[in-house]
Parts: sequence; structure tokens; C-alpha cells
Amino acid sequence: MKTLGSRCAFLIGFLVGTCTLYVFLRQVWFERTFSTRSQPDGLEKTAAQLRELEEDSKNWKKERSALFNLNHPHHKGEDSHMADELYKKVRILCWVMTGPNNLQKKARHVKNTWSRHCNVVVFMSSVDDPDFPTVGLGTKEGRDQLYWKTIRAFHYALENHGDEADWFLKADDDTYVVVDNLRWVLANHTPEEPIYFGRRFKPYTKQGYMSGGAGYVLSKEALKRFVDGFKTKVCTHTTHVEDLAMGQCMEKVGVVAGDARDTNLRETFHPFVPEQHLTSKFPKSFWYWSYCYYPISEGPNCCSDLSVSFHYVDASLMYLLEYYTYHLRAFGYRYRYQPPAPLGYKNEAWDRSEGGHSYSKEQPAIPRGPLARVESPSRTDRKPVVMPPAAAGEKDPPAAAQDDKQ
Amino acid sequence: MLSEGSSFMKGIALGGTFCLLLSLLGSFTPGMQSSPEDHHHHHHHIKAPTKDELQSLSDSQMVELSQRVRVYCVIMVQPSVLVYWSTAKDTWGKHCDNAVFYSSESAKALEAVDLNEQDEWAKLRKALKHAYDNAGDLRWFFVARSTTFAIIENLKYLVLAKDPNEPFYIGHAMKSGELEYVEYQSGIVLSYEALKRLVNVFKDEDKCPERGRALWKLSEEKQLAICLKYTGVFAENGEDIQGKRLFNSKSVGSLIQDSMDKKNLDVVEGCCSDLAITFSGMSPNQMQVMMFGVYRLRPYGHNFHDSLIFLPPEGSDND
Repeated sequence: MKTLGSRCAFLIGFLVGTCTLYVFLRQVWFERTFSTRSQPDGLEKTAAQLRELEEDSKNWKKERSALFNLNHPHHKGEDSHMADELYKKVRILCWVMTGPNNLQKKARHVKNTWSRHCNVVVFMSSVDDPDFPTVGLGTKEGRDQLYWKTIRAFHYALENHGDEADWFLKADDDTYVVVDNLRWVLANHTPEEPIYFGRRFKPYTKQGYMSGGAGYVLSKEALKRFVDGFKTKVCTHTTHVEDLAMGQCMEKVGVVAGDARDTNLRETFHPFVPEQHLTSKFPKSFWYWSYCYYPISEGPNCCSDLSVSFHYVDASLMYLLEYYTYHLRAFGYRYRYQPPAPLGYKNEAWDRSEGGHSYSKEQPAIPRGPLARVESPSRTDRKPVVMPPAAAGEKDPPAAAQDDKQ
Repeated sequence: MLSEGSSFMKGIALGGTFCLLLSLLGSFTPGMQSSPEDHHHHHHHIKAPTKDELQSLSDSQMVELSQRVRVYCVIMVQPSVLVYWSTAKDTWGKHCDNAVFYSSESAKALEAVDLNEQDEWAKLRKALKHAYDNAGDLRWFFVARSTTFAIIENLKYLVLAKDPNEPFYIGHAMKSGELEYVEYQSGIVLSYEALKRLVNVFKDEDKCPERGRALWKLSEEKQLAICLKYTGVFAENGEDIQGKRLFNSKSVGSLIQDSMDKKNLDVVEGCCSDLAITFSGMSPNQMQVMMFGVYRLRPYGHNFHDSLIFLPPEGSDND
């Protein structure tokens, strides 16, 4: 028989229990983040995947073991008419050196990232794979096969795609290439010139040769001479050291080793990852010091703003570089390096504006006058306001940002 | 006595179970006692102005906005890890209108305000008070540890159309029970008005004690939120036009890796915002790479005609 005291005790205990647990739960359990985006559920995800595959087929045409670019990536809100023009005029076939064991580990990430900016992409392997797709070169795999694969790959490219491109790039499946910047480097040359570009090394050859890992690109004339060289036996399989052998052949057939550095003489093709070039102090005994044709710069001067390639890039760095290059930016930032437009690429849309900026060799002026936007030609953008630069430790209020102070 | 004791214990057990059940059912919302100033806050999300919104402003309005959006960076450093101080100074700190470093103690070669304080909350209070007193005509305050990397231009863009004479407390907003607070690790943004109210409530030892009196010590980010809440300032989540986080508490490398692990079809799209403001936990070398990636590396021929132009800082070579 419960006494009154017992009942009271029970009630008090009940209240104490409730309150204690409530406080405990509030502190520990109810922690959550604000989020406007919810994780898509299973069904939504499948639908999204199907949409992506559909998108993919709109962007690529798979034909004859190559991927033909139908619609290279564009960004919302950007004005890419210059890049689009170069895309049409400087057609690049990218061939990627890979192998059957590396398709899922490495080549797949190349396919997902930078190769989408090429006009044509061909993945070269020892074995045919119609799904990926890869071309089977009929060689074995291994370091000693590298020059054989290269010889056959270039022959294949000229024979099957000679009319579909002006320039022919060789890259490894751990090379990251900024194809838009490659077009800028090449735009001041013609495919009829016997010339090739890359990261120039100096030993063993008179004019130097291009580092294999950093990628190198041949003009159509250079490619023709390469293939002819093998027909006439001027060039043969001398060594498996692919980049050196390539350089020796190029020299024999009269193809010029080009200077790919930007107008500030900064290198564009890089044999290592950005972190190493930007922050490492290579030991003086390292081979790199004696190999580079041009003087080496350490620190920020190592690398052009319009860098073309990096090497030893693993899967996650591929995506990170794609994010840095094509996605992440500082709003409104006016880059220090203002590259000149390639010769003959006068920008009609810009010229239309009064006081317009000439995009020839000199640095273009900071935009003045109404800017004509290409996407909606009827609307003109108001001229942007220029913020004065932050000067370290400045305590006085800066002069007001005047739009005419340019 | 024994029967009462056992009744009491039974009561506790039953009460606890009751509470747990209700919470699990979700119908039990632990409500905080509402104070008169606790108006229902509708706008928890902050987004940058759209291009159209900026285009619709007049020239003079645009100039006014640009003059107003200048940032005082409060950067907390540890003398034991000097390299983060020098890295922040050499990288993103250069893009602040004024970058001031605050340290728990003085150290040789470290140029920082010595707070002479080890307690995290007390350090934050002192640093914020110092920033308020030395703001000059800067009206936005960004608080971060030196292990965080910030893209200040994107921060300015986020708050471009916001009036710093209104209270703003922005970052990655989290919720702990009923308390909404901004995560410290990914950076905290305060408008002048918010900081002014905060410095004022610092004087109130009941609402905003310098040494916490709770049974278990609250983190400094939560204490900050509580003090601000008393002054009517609430946490808001900074996000981009697609709703992606702008303030990240992880490094860009681990966010990319997360996106890869989730097997997103587009790893980069599924990772991070194009106009991200902060990343945290990156090594000094990775921060230098980010400087290159943000302020230099780009694909030729792609242009964004932004309505505001930020010029590069003077005397710098990595941006």
C-alpha cells in the first residue's frame, strides 16, 4: 500500500529524472548544423546519375576509339568568348599514355577533368578497350615500351585524326594539363611551322628536348616530319627513354624546340606538382638543376599564371587542380599578370565599346566606358568600381575609389 | 523511509525514460524560455548579392558600398607554432585592410598583440575588445585562427550589400539545442554594430561572464553566441547561390577526398563553392599552393565581369 510520502517521492523523482535527462540531451544530442541542402535519397541519386550520363553523351561523341568534344565545359555567369574562339582556331588532339591496369586508377580521372577541354581525346594503351575507350597499340606494358608506345601513338594520331586537329599533345595519365592555356601558348604559331613545345631540358642534344612527364605538343608539320622520319629511317627506336629519343628525332628532322615560357619568362610546362615548384628548395645536387634549359626560379616565380601542365598528379590532385583552375576564384580580383592576346585575336565585342581596350601586345587598360556583354548584347554593364589595394598596416582612410583613376 | 527512497528512484527512472521517449518521437521540442528580445528570427541564411542586384545600383551607390566593405582581420596565433603566423602574414593576411595578430603570450620574432591570457574565451574577448578600440574606419571584422585560410575578396562580396551599422554575425552556423552559434574553426564575421553590442555586453558579468560559471565549460564559440544573443544578435549561415557552404572547417584536400569517397559523378561540383571564403587545417605549403590557385592560376580566355574590382596588394609576389 503506497503511502503519501512514497507517492510524493515518486513524483519528485519523476520530475528530477525528466529535467536531468532533458538538460543532458540538450547539451549532447540536439547539436545540429544549419543546412539548406539535404542529402539526396537513393531514388533521387539514381535519377541524378541518369541525368549526368545523358549530359555526358551530349558533351562527347565516342567514335573510332576517340572522344570528340561536342560542348566543352562552360561556367555560369562567365564570358568565355575568347576561350571559345581559341577552341575553334587552335584544335588540339590530346593523347594520353596509359595502360589497362591504370584505367580505373588514373586515366579515369583524366577523363573526368582536364581532357574535357581538348577538341579530341585518345587514350593510348597496349590493349584495345571499346568501353573506356582506349586504343590498343599492340605493344607490351612497361617502362621499356614507352618509346614504342609513343611512336605508334603518334602514327595512329596522324593516320586516324590528322585532319581533325592542328596540334598533337602527348600527356601521361598523371599529367594535369590546362588546355585553354596551351591554346594561348600555341596561338602565336601555326600548325605549318615545324615546332614543338614542352618543358625544355638541355642535356644530350643540341637544341634540347622536352620532358615527357610534363607533356609536350607537336604541330601538324612536326608530326608529319616525325612519321616521315620513321619511313625514311632517319628516326628509329634508339632508346626507350621516350622524351630524349623524341628530342633526338625532332632535331634530325628539323623540328624546332620551342620556348613555351610566358611574356614574363615564367615556365608553363612543369615536371612536378605545384607544391614542389612553389615551395620546395630543390637540393643543388638534384638533377633538375643541370637539366633545365632555362634558368630555374624557385618560389612564386617558378610558374606562370597561365601554367599549362604539372606532373606526378594523383587522382585527388587532378580534381583539386580542376577546382583551382576552373572553379575557385577571388571575386573581382584583377590579376597582376595581364597576358597579351595572341596576335590576330582582336576582340570585336570589346572593340565596340568606346575607349575600348585593345588586346594586342600591350597590357589592356582597366575597363573604361560601358562594357558590352556578349551574352546579352542589348544590355551594357556599368563600369566596375575599383577598390584601392590593401596596403599593410595602413591606418589612414584611403582615398575614395575613383572610377576615373586608372 | 525505504519505500519513499525506492519510490523516488523509480520516479527518476520513469521520468528519464519518459523524456527520452518523447524526444525520440520528435514531438518534444526543448524550448528555451523566451526573453522579450527573443524575436523570431526568419533570415538565418546570408547570400552574396546577385549580378542583377548589383547592376541595378547607381554608380554612387556602388562607390558607397565599396568604401564601406573594408575588413579588420583578427588572427589568433600560437607562439608554439610560429610558422602559421608567418604563413598567414605572407598569404591571405595581405588581403585584409588591416590584419592584426593576437597571441596568448609574447614570443621572439612574433609580431602580435600579447593578450597575456591562456583561457580561450578570455583571449577572444580581449582580442575583440582590442579590435573594436582600434578599428579606425573599418566596419567589418573577421576572426580566425592562423590555421584557417581566408579569401577576403569573397568575404567582401558576401557582405557587400549589408549595412555594417546593422548587427551581423555570420559564418558556418551550427545548432546546439536551442543555441545557434557560428563555428570558430571556419571563421567568424562580425559587423561593426554586432561588435559594438558585444563589447558593451562584456561589461555585464551576469549575462556575459569572463570566466564561465556553467557546470561544464562551454566552448568560446558558444559563449560568444550566448553573449551576442543577449544583445539581439543571431548567427547567420553564409552560403552561395546554390546553398553550398562558404565557410569550411576542413582543408580543400579533404573536401575533395570526401567528394571522391561519396562517388559523386562530378567530384568538383559536389565538393566546394566557387566563391568559398574559408578552409581550415591546411599546411603552410598547401596555403601557398592555394594562393597560386586562387590569385594566379586560371584558364586563358574566361572572364567574369564583376561589378567591383579588387586590386592586388602592394609589395607582394605570390598573388
